[in-house]
Amino acid sequence: MLRFLVRRSLLVLPSLLGLLVLTFVLMRVVPSDPAAALAGETASAQQIEQIRVKYGFDRPLPEQFVIYLGQMARGDLGISVFSNRPVAQDIGYALPATIELTFCALLLAALIGIPLGTLAAVWHNSPLDHAIRMLTVAGLAVAGFWLAIMLQLLFAMDLGWLPLRGRLASTLTAPPDISGLFLVDSLLAGRFDLFGNALSHLAMPAFTLAVPGIATIARFTRAGVLETMQKDFVAYETAVGYAPARLVAIYVLRNSVVAAVTQIGLLFGALISSAVAVERIYDWPGIGSYAVTAILNLDYNAILAVTLTVGIIYAVVNILVDLAHGLIDPRVAEQM
Amino acid sequence: MSQPILTVEGLRVSIRGDEGAAQVLDAIDLTIPRGRIVGVVGESGCGKSTLIRAVLGILPANAAIERGTLSFEGRDLRALSGAELSRDIRGSAIGFIPQDPFLALNPVFKIGTQLLEIMRGRTLAGLESESDKRTHLIGLLRAVQIPDPADALERYPHQFSGGQRQRLLIAGALACRPRLLVADEPTTALDVTTQMQILDLLKRLVAERALSMLFVTHDFGVVAQLCDEISVIYAGQTVESGPTAAILDRPHHPYTRLLIGCHPDRAEDLVGIPGAVPSPRDPPPGCRFHPRCPERRAECTRLPPTAADGARRVACWLHAAS
Amino acid sequence: MLALRKFLRDTPATIGLGIVLACILVAALGPCLAPYPDDAFESHILQRLKPPSAEFPFGTDNLGRDVFSRVILGTRYALGVALMVVSIAMALGVPLGLIAGYRGGWLSEAIMRVTDIVLAVPQLILAVVLAQLLKPSLESAMLALAATYWPFFCRTVYAETRRVRSALFVDALEGIGASPWRIMFLHILPNAASPIIVRATIGMGFTILTAAVLGFLGMGATPPLPDWGLAIAESRQYLPESWWFATFPGLAIFLAVLGFNLLGDGLRDFVDPRLRRSR
Repeated sequence: MLRFLVRRSLLVLPSLLGLLVLTFVLMRVVPSDPAAALAGETASAQQIEQIRVKYGFDRPLPEQFVIYLGQMARGDLGISVFSNRPVAQDIGYALPATIELTFCALLLAALIGIPLGTLAAVWHNSPLDHAIRMLTVAGLAVAGFWLAIMLQLLFAMDLGWLPLRGRLASTLTAPPDISGLFLVDSLLAGRFDLFGNALSHLAMPAFTLAVPGIATIARFTRAGVLETMQKDFVAYETAVGYAPARLVAIYVLRNSVVAAVTQIGLLFGALISSAVAVERIYDWPGIGSYAVTAILNLDYNAILAVTLTVGIIYAVVNILVDLAHGLIDPRVAEQM
Repeated sequence: MSQPILTVEGLRVSIRGDEGAAQVLDAIDLTIPRGRIVGVVGESGCGKSTLIRAVLGILPANAAIERGTLSFEGRDLRALSGAELSRDIRGSAIGFIPQDPFLALNPVFKIGTQLLEIMRGRTLAGLESESDKRTHLIGLLRAVQIPDPADALERYPHQFSGGQRQRLLIAGALACRPRLLVADEPTTALDVTTQMQILDLLKRLVAERALSMLFVTHDFGVVAQLCDEISVIYAGQTVESGPTAAILDRPHHPYTRLLIGCHPDRAEDLVGIPGAVPSPRDPPPGCRFHPRCPERRAECTRLPPTAADGARRVACWLHAAS
Repeated sequence: MLALRKFLRDTPATIGLGIVLACILVAALGPCLAPYPDDAFESHILQRLKPPSAEFPFGTDNLGRDVFSRVILGTRYALGVALMVVSIAMALGVPLGLIAGYRGGWLSEAIMRVTDIVLAVPQLILAVVLAQLLKPSLESAMLALAATYWPFFCRTVYAETRRVRSALFVDALEGIGASPWRIMFLHILPNAASPIIVRATIGMGFTILTAAVLGFLGMGATPPLPDWGLAIAESRQYLPESWWFATFPGLAIFLAVLGFNLLGDGLRDFVDPRLRRSR
């Protein structure tokens, strides 16, 4: 198990390095001048030149990259030109917010998607199945940022049930920072009022992000359950009198979610993509918002760091997915 | 004589498909006396599996029993609801041993979990608590000669060999102390040595526990070794039944005769009998074997009456007069 | 003909085909269908933010332009952008996939590793970075999207090529001395046509959606283009009063993407019936 983790983590390194090189090269070869961007719009040619030298933009690209890697190894991701803070610190604030959001979205997607998919499979070709199928197709076609605005219109502006934006009401102060996740920290501090408030702020963004996930998971669960139902062991379990509901909900489902769990890994990419726009709409102070700000301001250090962070999250999620496979299927666990 | 544990009379089952209905079973008669092992013999596709499904009440949704009786310990199985069948019959009063031990166990659950699930929701005297049930299972695993029974409950199916898995499945069939065992060619997937061991085990368990067994197979060798009585099926019709020795010794029905004659061990395919097993979608009228029968007569297009001779029954016009 | 009839028996796919054909029609005839074709660029400050009425079925926007007309005119941009992106991605990904699948060796390794790396980052993040670096415009948005989508074609074609490569006829062709390029493009490529078409159809839906996000973030189409994503971005400061301004362009995105997704799914089932159950 440990060996598996180490091996998988090592395997990820080359592709993270590749990603870094790719981003690094992209940012240096495109027509935008990093020094000019750093200096700001009012800077003179001389000021730009000074900045170019100061940040080492005048050196050869490979040298710049090596210097960057060296700094990164010491945990120094550079200073953000936009926030004027160390990028590492910015990421440290934004990351927990995004993790909290995307984790809840995935959880929601699984909690809704798996039962929907199972119901559709058990009653396949029934009107219920067709309805669920239409829902899943629609869920994949809806633009996240538009859904976010529509939800805000309905639940925040019109009905007033949920807060419009942010992570916490502005009148409240965040719970003591332990994990950075407000839901966890508020519970640790015993502040149920904060927990409730954070949850109400989380509801709409998490649901918005969950919608495509619900659709994907429902789809793959349906296919998985249908496939499992054809297996000999299901016929056997029926023949020895397993209660039908338990048969489906426990014995069939565990064999069927493998494909859906694999999808969770792939979904995460879509989730992060979606978070870029959705976080912005809900003013959620996460990686997505930070990325947009960084990109709009051509904040090079921040862009590099964000790309790297996202790459790492992605890799971690995929390793977790493999571990989940091991938990589901003992035969997979033995190969780890 | 006491009442038989299972009686099937004139059973007809049809399955609706894309191309119309197929009469998979047409006229099945079967009697399993208490304490006996009855072998149902037939080629693949003759309706053996459908017969088992009908007995267990797990026919697919597109199948229907058109006529006939299914009576278990005097109870009409056709009158029971799905829930009653699931709770009182399948796995509890009737234990089931499947064909392929490699495919029948759920790969992602521990053996113990799967065996306990069979006992779940059933009232078994003296086995109220989880730990009682575990002890009971350990005893069963010992009875089917699984080494390290307590440890085996914590393991997964793929950690056992085919023969061991079949033993585990036999233990599963015995879990709720059934009165009847139904076995669906339980040895076909195994090698010959293992096959012999499993057959011996089954024979011993049936005797020790005063069980009865319905054993479906296409293998006369297995039948000769295990069964007290035989019932031969061709294309959904029972053609002949009676004590094993008598039938093997002197088969009455031309089909049985050819089956034993040209292939003493394996009834897998009828080499030497011209023609093919008819499609259940468009079966010949009367005795379904008559198009291939060397001794066919004009009246064979009508369903032959079943003639009784002591414990033996044969459905053939040749014997209708006697 | 028989194939078409078989395809049309799949109701959702037929709905998808209908939506896609309708979109193409609207895109082609846009200026003729829109009640106020000039509203693509002209503003009428006096009638700004009017709610839906008989005169303006979808209401008017912040510059008094008819939202209905702009949604119709936007179809051409959305479909055009998606078509361009998918074409460029295909032009890049298909030959690379063919070469990687046919040649093997270090070149194949290199191509597939780059593919993996590009696929290892969420498409949108990469597209957003690229689009911004190339100076925000519709053209750079298209380039950026194509640059993130080609790996999908590359992988599809790679897998197909590997499969066909082992077929006997390729050996036979090599035996009679056919050139590798000839074999790749004349013999292997046609075999990969179905998965490429399926991938392209699904890619159209995906690209319409992603392009809309770029437009929304201000990294794609620039005002006053009647872009759906851009319109939704512009509408935000007029909420909740002018709900129609945000609602209808979003519905247009939804409908167009839905059409291509349904069609793509239908095509995939049609091409590969083995997957039929798994939708």
